[in-house]
Amino acid sequence: MLTAILAFGGLAAGFGIALGAAAVRFKVEGDPLVDQIDALLPQTQCGQCSYPGCRPYAEAIAGGEAEINQCPPGGEDGIIALAELLGREVVPLNPENGTAAETPLVAIIDEAACIGCTLCIQACPVDAILGANKLMHTVIEAECTGCELCVPPCPVDCIDMVPVTSSIQNWTWPEPGTPAQAA
Amino acid sequence: MFGLLRRAAPDQFPGGLKLDSHKLSADQARIQLAPVPSRVILPLSQHIGAPAQLKVEVGQRVLRGQTVATADGYVSAPIHASTSGRVVSIGPQPVPHPSGLSAPAIVIEADGLDEAPSAPEWVAQPDYRSLDRAELRQRVRQAGIVGLGGAAFPSAVKLNPGGGDAVDTLILNGAECEPYISCDQALMAERAADIVAGAELIRYAIQARDCIIGVEDNKPEGIAALRAALRERESRAIEVRVVPTRYPQGGEKQLVQTLTGREVPSEGLPLDIGIVVHNVGTAIAVWQALTRAEPLISRVVTVTGNGIAKPANLEVRIGTPVAELIAHCGGYAGPRGRLIMGGPMMGFALSCDTVPVVKATNCILVAAPEDVRPVEPAKACIRCGECAEVCPAGLLPQQLYWHARGREFEKAQALNLFDCIECGCCAQVCPSHIPLVQYYRYAKTGIFQAEQERRKSDIARTRHEFRQGRLEREKQEKEAARQRKRESLQQREAAPASPAPAAKPAGNDAIAQAIAKAKLEKARRLARDTEDSATDPVAAAIARAKAKKAAQDERPITQAADDPVADAIALAKARKAEQNPLADDPAAAAIARAKANKAAQRSTAEDPATQAIARALARKAARADSDAKPAGDDDPVAAAIARAKARKAARNSDPDA
Repeated sequence: MLTAILAFGGLAAGFGIALGAAAVRFKVEGDPLVDQIDALLPQTQCGQCSYPGCRPYAEAIAGGEAEINQCPPGGEDGIIALAELLGREVVPLNPENGTAAETPLVAIIDEAACIGCTLCIQACPVDAILGANKLMHTVIEAECTGCELCVPPCPVDCIDMVPVTSSIQNWTWPEPGTPAQAA
Repeated sequence: MFGLLRRAAPDQFPGGLKLDSHKLSADQARIQLAPVPSRVILPLSQHIGAPAQLKVEVGQRVLRGQTVATADGYVSAPIHASTSGRVVSIGPQPVPHPSGLSAPAIVIEADGLDEAPSAPEWVAQPDYRSLDRAELRQRVRQAGIVGLGGAAFPSAVKLNPGGGDAVDTLILNGAECEPYISCDQALMAERAADIVAGAELIRYAIQARDCIIGVEDNKPEGIAALRAALRERESRAIEVRVVPTRYPQGGEKQLVQTLTGREVPSEGLPLDIGIVVHNVGTAIAVWQALTRAEPLISRVVTVTGNGIAKPANLEVRIGTPVAELIAHCGGYAGPRGRLIMGGPMMGFALSCDTVPVVKATNCILVAAPEDVRPVEPAKACIRCGECAEVCPAGLLPQQLYWHARGREFEKAQALNLFDCIECGCCAQVCPSHIPLVQYYRYAKTGIFQAEQERRKSDIARTRHEFRQGRLEREKQEKEAARQRKRESLQQREAAPASPAPAAKPAGNDAIAQAIAKAKLEKARRLARDTEDSATDPVAAAIARAKAKKAAQDERPITQAADDPVADAIALAKARKAEQNPLADDPAAAAIARAKANKAAQRSTAEDPATQAIARALARKAARADSDAKPAGDDDPVAAAIARAKARKAARNSDPDA
């Protein structure tokens, strides 16, 4: 009897310590689901989803506060990917959040018109605008996510959103059977 | 079942097709020297890897063989001027690419002299064995040599297989399996000695034990010439091996399998199984670069097809416009069908004939109108399995097709889409005329694009997170600084016998006057801020914070507070006094200023809300004052002050406009 109690007591204590140690040792920092959702979002950081960036939106989705159809830059593909990850129904993009852009855009500053006010630099969520007070600003095209957040603050309206130019590097073969077919 | 039987055959890759060769006759195939073109167009990206870095300017004169663009990174290749002349433009030019898009290129107007520099950029070294292997690679790299079989992979990279006995066999690819193309055939027949010498050199460079030159059995002249050259040079380590004529025998992985019986692993390189494959043309280029210090400025191109008057193999300067080659070959024979760069199976249609010959160009195929098969509408897949039979990579073309069509690119990738060499056998045999290869290309570039986007969004995420972190840090730093100031202020207040505040500005003491003026200005600015933001609680809070800060900046105040409104009036009066250039009595003005100063000090020490009101009042008064102020008085100092104020006002109002 005593042996049994001791044995089981010992086992219970042993497992308890092991589990406790494991909980400390392998503690999961944050919600892994948020990371997974965040990885699927386009990281435009445009705020069209009504959250201040992609990660807050991911957190809202994971917390059940937001729908998966609030990200216009992610488009339909993004919604499908989120639906697959979360096991939800695919829903059309919520028009309240905007419409998906036909082509990816990039901001261009008309450098002759720029007065160097730095307002766009403060607005850019990814630090893709270079410049200083009273000096001309320019967009680092490769880093621009096309979020359009720099457009409204510009006091002289010198920022334009233009479609990303297609080059040999980013050219893709068209889907066979489409009129754009090259070969 | 047939597939199994085919696979059972020794020394043969699975699948493949027997195609009509359409090669040039021996007579036609002889290499002719094409004339130096009147202008050359040198795209900066003629190779796999990073585009070359520009080294010349518009208007600069360049000589034949001069480096006009340098390699940018390890996997890259420099570009050399293929004749002497003047750089007339640098910018986007139509280039040979399936997209038909333009890409940056250097255009050189030839001067007809074809002048080479007096000394080459590196020294010719006929005895390559005296060179260190790294030095050897460096020269191949300098010479801008890339794989001339069509892939244009920088050769210097392939000459560096890693240390030790990583490579046991060097294979020279002389299979040239695609119909119509005969440039390698011509090289083997005419320049066999150089090929063998190049093979020895490469074998030395990569320390390979064996060397096999694989040639298809439909090139007897080439085989004979190579064997004769081997006998002459007594190269025992090199062996010429005849392989069956079967498309795509010239595919790197297929040739490796045929010659060695070893299969290159999925998504791997021949190097993974100890083999390096170079084209025979590349071997000649390497040999010439080392022993004659010649960079890669020309290559042999087959100009053929039923649409050309006199088909030929031409040794062409890189950058020659295709139109000039066609003109040299007697022009188009009748109406033009289609212009293809490369062979009929793996080549791509050119949108115009102004594009230049690049390092990868092995063939210009001018199809006659009757050769161009009308594109038959694709019918439904009948699951006949023919495509799987002929696939030389042993893939499942049907499955790949379904996934590509359904945009399920990951599934296609899981079925080894990237082992597809785009040989086109599957589409060739498809009874439903489904453009299978185009689907695979579509899927491949779609995957590349998705990867690119993922990379870009990762960068955006990092940058955004960094920015958030930075803003947070700045906020904390500001808070800490504020805390420090508050503490130091408290300390000073607590400290006994603090020095008495400076005497009030008296009479016409200029320094005191200036200080007073500066303070006045400050107070006014604060007041203005407060007024501007009267509606916004956040801005109000900021204003309050600023006011507090200003208070900290001031010396400790000992006076008892008066009515803030009275203070504001004093302030306004002071301003008036200052602006009104009656200033006949400087002493009176100074006193007024001192009063204002006092008022300002007092007001800052008080409750922020009443302060704000006071400032607003003061500001209003000041503004009304300055509006009413008569201009054009004769005191230059006052005029300057007025001007500065006007400027400031203008500047302040600007961002709100």
